[in-house]
Amino acid sequence: MTDSTKSGFYQETAGPDQTFLDANELVLNMGPQHPSTHGVLRVILRLDGEKVLGTECVIGYLHRGVEKIAENRTYTMFNPYVDRMDYVAAVSNGLGYCLAVEKLLNIEAPPRAAYIRVVLTELNRMASHQLWLGTHALDIGAMTPLFYTFRDREEILKIYEKYCGARLTTHAFRIGGTLYETYDGFEQDVNNFVKFVTPKIGEYEELLTTNRIWVERTKGVGVLSGKDCIDFGVTGPVLRAGGVKWDLRKAQPYSMYDKFDFEIPTGENGDTFDRYIVRIAEMRQSLRIIDQAVNSIPAGPIMAKVPKVMKPAVGEVYVSIEAPKGELGYFVVSDGSTQPYRVRVRPPSFVNLQALDKMVRGALVADVVAVIGTLDIVLGEVDR
Amino acid sequence: MLDYVTSYLHSSLTPGQAGNWLWALVYILVIFAGVSGIVIVMNWGERKALAHMQVRLGPMRVGPHGLMQPIADAIKLLTKEDIMPSEADKPIFWLAPVWVVMIAFSVFIVVPFGPTHAVTDMNIGILFMLGVSSLGVLGIVMAGWASNSHFPLMGALRSSAQMVSYEIAMGLAVVSAIVMTGLGGIGPYGIGSGAGSGTLSMIGIVQAQAQQHVWFIFKFFPVGLVAFFIFAVAMIAETNRAPFDLPEAESELVAGFHTEYSGLRWSLFMLGEYAGMVAVSSIAITLWLGGWLRPFPSTHGPAINIPFLWEHPEQGVVDFAFSFAPALVMLALAFFSFFNAMRMPKHPLLKIQTIGLYAFGLVLAGVGLILLAPPVRDRIQDIFWFVFKIACFMYLYIWYRATWPRYRFDQLMKVGWKVLLPLGLGVLLVTGIIGLGPEIAAWLKGVV
Repeated sequence: MTDSTKSGFYQETAGPDQTFLDANELVLNMGPQHPSTHGVLRVILRLDGEKVLGTECVIGYLHRGVEKIAENRTYTMFNPYVDRMDYVAAVSNGLGYCLAVEKLLNIEAPPRAAYIRVVLTELNRMASHQLWLGTHALDIGAMTPLFYTFRDREEILKIYEKYCGARLTTHAFRIGGTLYETYDGFEQDVNNFVKFVTPKIGEYEELLTTNRIWVERTKGVGVLSGKDCIDFGVTGPVLRAGGVKWDLRKAQPYSMYDKFDFEIPTGENGDTFDRYIVRIAEMRQSLRIIDQAVNSIPAGPIMAKVPKVMKPAVGEVYVSIEAPKGELGYFVVSDGSTQPYRVRVRPPSFVNLQALDKMVRGALVADVVAVIGTLDIVLGEVDR
Repeated sequence: MLDYVTSYLHSSLTPGQAGNWLWALVYILVIFAGVSGIVIVMNWGERKALAHMQVRLGPMRVGPHGLMQPIADAIKLLTKEDIMPSEADKPIFWLAPVWVVMIAFSVFIVVPFGPTHAVTDMNIGILFMLGVSSLGVLGIVMAGWASNSHFPLMGALRSSAQMVSYEIAMGLAVVSAIVMTGLGGIGPYGIGSGAGSGTLSMIGIVQAQAQQHVWFIFKFFPVGLVAFFIFAVAMIAETNRAPFDLPEAESELVAGFHTEYSGLRWSLFMLGEYAGMVAVSSIAITLWLGGWLRPFPSTHGPAINIPFLWEHPEQGVVDFAFSFAPALVMLALAFFSFFNAMRMPKHPLLKIQTIGLYAFGLVLAGVGLILLAPPVRDRIQDIFWFVFKIACFMYLYIWYRATWPRYRFDQLMKVGWKVLLPLGLGVLLVTGIIGLGPEIAAWLKGVV
């Protein structure tokens, strides 16, 4: 966060004795209470008419000090907190943390647990992308997809509810595996969901992909090439839409992702439309993985042998997974006690948000909300 | 005095033309009430239709199927605290919503709901309508300016820019329809009865369509259709509705020009917006969709004369059949209400709602039965068809809103200036060339 009075941001604009009407530039404060900043993001826009001359992001309105809290909790106690970062993809967050601590403890989840984790994580990717699609479309002015995606996301949440009792911040996984055995009819439910949702993705596409206004609003908007993405450290669908075939599930497989057959969808131009197409294709790939995983869950234990009191050896690990929004990394340092010495999270939303200024400079106000939508940020994760 | 009242009843003119102030006042009140009624119905209808397109139910709690929701909303809005920002330009802030409503209702002075059912008929009727309805944007600009806030200001700027780019295309489309009033009719209804006299009067335009036996949307196919399309696009932009709702784009400008408004003032803006939608729809209906004329207005069929039931020897069996349409629509709605009342869950908490829905169905059925009576059936025809067409337009407005994303500012300009304007000019040219075809051919012969 920069101190905007010192950064020179306001200096060229009207002084205190002038009204904004005398200035050639208009400083517009978008957020933190704004319908389409996806939570409490505050974007200060410098405008010339409708044209954006520059932006400044002010974050921290949802800062809860999650990383600091970790230092005062045991490894097990901190597990539910990570669900509160990216609350629309809580399961992925939990998976990343569990994998990190497992690596620190030098244990591995049994295959059955890994398969269950894959099913639930991919369902979570679906849910996250569906929520993204609905809100992104709403930002651009299409109301209806929101209700379609939420209708279908509900089925995923029902599966979660049946599995672990919670819908949003699930705390589904434990260090060393999963706590809960799959309930009776889990496979049936997931298979039914795959069958139910496959045509629905076509339904979303019917409303948007060939819609003239949608294409005009998204093609060539917020272009971020593959090289720019790498420079900014941007990951996830945004990077892949720039044409870079990088997916941690393939690049450094974790949790038995190497056992499944799926593709990495990529775009060409790195614009908003490509990111939309990439995410839609990712939903389909997720369904493919779910279909393979749920029908081949092996028998066996769901929990590895985990010590009652976790006291990892002195050391540090960095484990990253492909969360719905990009590379989600956990850097955990152990000082040999029951509590982590430091937990640092590499949140994809926070890193991706950096690219906002480059993407919207020279665009119009309407593009700003489109770009905020297409970056798929969750402020809980940005601010932590 | 009594003479003054009754003398108009035998007149075949609008009260304004006949110079009858009393009946003009009655018409004004009836139209004001009617348009407000449409707005109230629309308030409920939009939420319901939009909800059902979006796999949800919409209002369900206040009254059966949320039928009382508009009333609850009105009470809520009227009793809300009246907030005026301390930095606002107070007189203009106060005037803006009043202005919007005043303008939106003023245009209805010349809207013909029937051959004599208008407050007055001006010889420049359509010009008056276009002129007055474009003044509505002034209210929006005033609101945006007076709020002394950034988001409303941008909304106001967008609104005025939008208005400039769409008024011209709209005007060109209207001119092509006016040119058609003076030209012989060709269309699916058959060859018309020769050239009429060009007119700007709203009633005259509909009468021209009746004489030429063609709705102008079908005239010189597809010229009329294209002109109608241009107007249909421009009218959405003029009324600030999706996909052209840039001035109030809720995901970009929070609420655009009315961000700082709340309570009664805000509801006035809404009233103005919906009344404006009805107003521009009635321009489109008058110019291209035959105004108060029923479908196939020149098909009469064999003449029939049934004592008491149908005593119009000059009209045919088709007229007789169509005269039942209003009653049948009302009875269908009544049936729909009864059907849904029967489907209501049998739960003690829903008993009152079920009874209410039955009562509503009974009212609709009663209205339907009244409309069956021969004298009423006769006189309601024109108004029914006009309102029916307005209802179709209102449904289209809702449908657009559910389907399309919002245009961006520059794309909206592009559509206005680069697509609709050339198209409008082309339509006007083609209308003239086709209409004056024989004359041009004769002139060419002379030259060669």
